[in-house]
Amino acid sequence: MLRCREITELVSQSLEHELPWRKRVELRMHLLMCRLCHGFARSVKLLRRAVREHPDRLQPDEESGVGLSEEARRRIIASLRQK
Amino acid sequence: MPEMDDNHLDRSAAEVDPEQWVVQHGDTLFRYALTRLRDPEAAEEVVQETFVAALGARRQYAGRGSEGAWLMGICKRKVIDSMRRRNRFDSGTGGDMDADPSNAVFDSKGNWRVDPILRKQLPENAMEREEFWQAFRDCLKRLSQRQADAFTLRELDGLSSGEICRELGITASNLWVLLYRARVGLTGCMKSHLEE
Repeated sequence: MLRCREITELVSQSLEHELPWRKRVELRMHLLMCRLCHGFARSVKLLRRAVREHPDRLQPDEESGVGLSEEARRRIIASLRQK
Repeated sequence: MPEMDDNHLDRSAAEVDPEQWVVQHGDTLFRYALTRLRDPEAAEEVVQETFVAALGARRQYAGRGSEGAWLMGICKRKVIDSMRRRNRFDSGTGGDMDADPSNAVFDSKGNWRVDPILRKQLPENAMEREEFWQAFRDCLKRLSQRQADAFTLRELDGLSSGEICRELGITASNLWVLLYRARVGLTGCMKSHLEE
């Protein structure tokens, strides 16, 4: 029987590739019985869904004022003028 | 008249004003790179490399499509190059295998030591809230660089496992370990952020 730690590894791997059927069955059985691993699986899937549905939210938007520093801007322009 | 068009394109391609480019597109490229690299210096470097490469290739662009999208395409490439450089497994700069967030959440037998469930984000509208994204951004920064880079390429940029392995020069099992640790680290960190 796999421990919770190994089960969470399977949860993560199942987001990357299809698991062999034996592991898939074991994972499913465990998740039915274990509230914590089930919660972990939900949380991890939520992270994936959140980023895919709102990719812009991880990034500062235009209004944030985040941009190149004056110094970097000058340096980049100077390096382009040399070309 | 096609000849006039060609002349026009040639001229406009040759007359690129670098200053104008940087003013117009610099900040957008910087925000894109900063989100993925989480390091202002590295992001500035990527922006510079993008413009230098664009200047060298401006005849290939020649006014087809939007200039911003063309520059962004180059920038994407440069971000990945930058990640590859800084994550070289032979660079001896520590790396990843040292930071394993799962050690904190499982006991020595592999049973949960903590409750991993993000209760407050279970409501459907969790991802509409700025609080959630603030925690997400903060927690990404706390992962090891390799874990965060792997996670970003996989989840934000949607690269396949195979593509990431090729780009970063790592094996599939390396990548799975990185992504696993990133996910355990993120859920644990976000839980403590959101439930404080």
